[in-house]
Amino acid sequence: MPIPIEMPKLSDTMTEGTLLRWVKKVGDSVEVGDVLAEVETDKATMEMEAFDEGTLSEVYVGEGQTVQVGEKLALLLGAGEPKTASTAGKQTETAKQPAPDKKQAQTKPAEPPAAPAPLKITATDSGVRVKASPLARKVAADLGVQLEDLPGSGPGGRIIRDDVLAAHEKQSSDTPQPAKTTAPAMVGQPASQSDVQVPLTGMRRTIAARLLEAKTTIPHFYLQADVDAEPLVQLRQQLNAANESVGLPKYTVNDFLLKATAVAATHVPKANASFAGDAIIQYAAVHLACAVAVDDGLVTPVIRDAHSKTLSQISSEVKDLASKARSKKLKPEQYQGGTLTLSNLGSYGVDQFFAIINPPQSLIVSVGAILRKPVINAAGAIVPGQRIVLGLSCDHRVVDGAIGAQFLAELKRLIETPALMLV
Amino acid sequence: MPLITYREALRTALDEEILRDDNVVVIGEEVAQYNGAYKVTEGLWATHGDTRLVDTPISEAGFVGMGIGAAMLGLRPVIELMFWSFAYVAFDQIVNNAGCVRYMSGGLLHVPIVIRGPANGGTNVGATHSHTPENLLANMPGLKVVAPATAYDAKGLLKTSIRDNDPVMFMENTLLYGEKWEVPDNEYLIPLGQADIKRSGSHISLIAHGRAVLTCLKAAEHLAAEHDIDAEVVDLRSIRPLDEETVLNSVRKTHRAVVVEEGKPFSGIGAQITALIQEKAFDDLDAPIARVSSVDAPAIYSPPLEKRQLPDAQRVIEKVLKIS
Repeated sequence: MPIPIEMPKLSDTMTEGTLLRWVKKVGDSVEVGDVLAEVETDKATMEMEAFDEGTLSEVYVGEGQTVQVGEKLALLLGAGEPKTASTAGKQTETAKQPAPDKKQAQTKPAEPPAAPAPLKITATDSGVRVKASPLARKVAADLGVQLEDLPGSGPGGRIIRDDVLAAHEKQSSDTPQPAKTTAPAMVGQPASQSDVQVPLTGMRRTIAARLLEAKTTIPHFYLQADVDAEPLVQLRQQLNAANESVGLPKYTVNDFLLKATAVAATHVPKANASFAGDAIIQYAAVHLACAVAVDDGLVTPVIRDAHSKTLSQISSEVKDLASKARSKKLKPEQYQGGTLTLSNLGSYGVDQFFAIINPPQSLIVSVGAILRKPVINAAGAIVPGQRIVLGLSCDHRVVDGAIGAQFLAELKRLIETPALMLV
Repeated sequence: MPLITYREALRTALDEEILRDDNVVVIGEEVAQYNGAYKVTEGLWATHGDTRLVDTPISEAGFVGMGIGAAMLGLRPVIELMFWSFAYVAFDQIVNNAGCVRYMSGGLLHVPIVIRGPANGGTNVGATHSHTPENLLANMPGLKVVAPATAYDAKGLLKTSIRDNDPVMFMENTLLYGEKWEVPDNEYLIPLGQADIKRSGSHISLIAHGRAVLTCLKAAEHLAAEHDIDAEVVDLRSIRPLDEETVLNSVRKTHRAVVVEEGKPFSGIGAQITALIQEKAFDDLDAPIARVSSVDAPAIYSPPLEKRQLPDAQRVIEKVLKIS
């Protein structure tokens, strides 16, 4: 049996992939586990391995082409297996285009190879599978209701028409009027010939979709605290001096902030949670995501079980994850499943900001740079101090103001008395 | 309107058609002198005589074949099968001759025959006497299949079937023969391929044929009284031709469907209706389509178990609640 090789789903949100490079060529023999090609997903560049052995007999997708998950990429034949008519040349052959028959060419203008229509079954734009009845889907599309966050009242939590109608009614009574945006979508247009149009990468597309969804569907609120960073700076100097003397790597301010965030999340477990339609999931473990800027966007690799890791473990792990992120070598399990996120723009000199929540999480901590500022000390005198501003964006469906404030206060306490995070 | 039994309604239809058309002749085992195994033809032989009611030996392949030949030559035979279960010995005649000859003769030959008799379980007569072959026969292009649920429908549909120029497989139910319904004295016809809304409702469509329609009506009453669910009951009446529009319109109204039949589930009528709905009204569905049918086993001989094998109102109610 010829075995078709399809675009694999390499991440939970992947709907399409770009075939960057064929490692195997037509005619090459393939063993189980051999790398066939490199594929760029919305998150990373990954190696696509063979699950069967045989000979690569046909390649349907050329390098640089982007195709839907599940689409045929190539055909593998077993030993001594002849190519059958049903499998040969049926697909869009971009890798090996046969010379067109002259007669045909005269009567029929060459058509571009027809790309099969993308098959979208149950995944929504954000890639989340939603269980909804066909009628609910139709009505939701008609009314412009997002299915993702609706609670389903049908058997097994299925979203049915009534749920969509109720959500629509609520939407239209909650929002005053501007629901009817018939104005054309705000899309930029090149204004002059020197403007450059940069096509969206898979990552850019995902960032655009996810953050738009986050900002439009999650009710954000924001808290901010001005924190004394002096004790942390001193502790860091001490530890780094000690490390340096024995040749160990230095800790960054960010390492301490990650550690503090993980500890704070264990102390305020209600903050380490997600909204799940008809329930709130409180996570037992803290999987701490950390925003890392990369060439054409950002990724949020995850320090798993951060609550049980020491400062030095966190420090070396985040270093490793960040370098993998920059070289696009992160594996799905290294960027999936985060329960809250820390975003640090301190190294750019930003003094404060509020990040957009990374769904389905419900908290993101935004930290700026440690800045020297005049502060009023306990004695009422103005003295030079080192301050850092913490921003916290919360999903109000999960985290109320008081919980957010508790979390922030805990974070502040840990940073101002950093020895607490070591116990 | 007089209340008459399902059996009497069938008899009236036969009587009226025998009088109306000299070509109508009733053929079968014990249909004449014995007045019919289930007394459907009672009194007809005494009234109409040997040429219109013909007793046959126990040889379904023979007398069904004879009827098909007679139909090709212009008569309108009504063949009684003591049980539809016995049709299987005449299957070649029914499928290959009655079903195919109009097509294979290029339309030169017609087979205006009705083959009728009970096709039901639930009477403790064993697996070989309890078949419900409407799905088998509806699967054959060229054959029509009708299954009335009430005396009113039985009369109107039988008269139309006799007048139809194609072979009509007319499936009755021994459990209904003694049940009474209001049936008008005057002549009326019910077209084949026209389903009937037996109960109008807005929450769910219960789609059935034959006795299962009555089961659905019972279930609908209970659903309304106990669960505030307003069920619509669609009686297919004729399975082929099938009234797709009535089925689809009902589902487009209620957005949910349970298909109920006394036949077996595998490749059954329920499967066909389910496929139809999801092909043509998918976007109107607010729940998966559910089916209730006979338990998938040969008809069980033990009466208490056989009772559990066939769909009852309780099973219909459970299915409705499951998808609601």
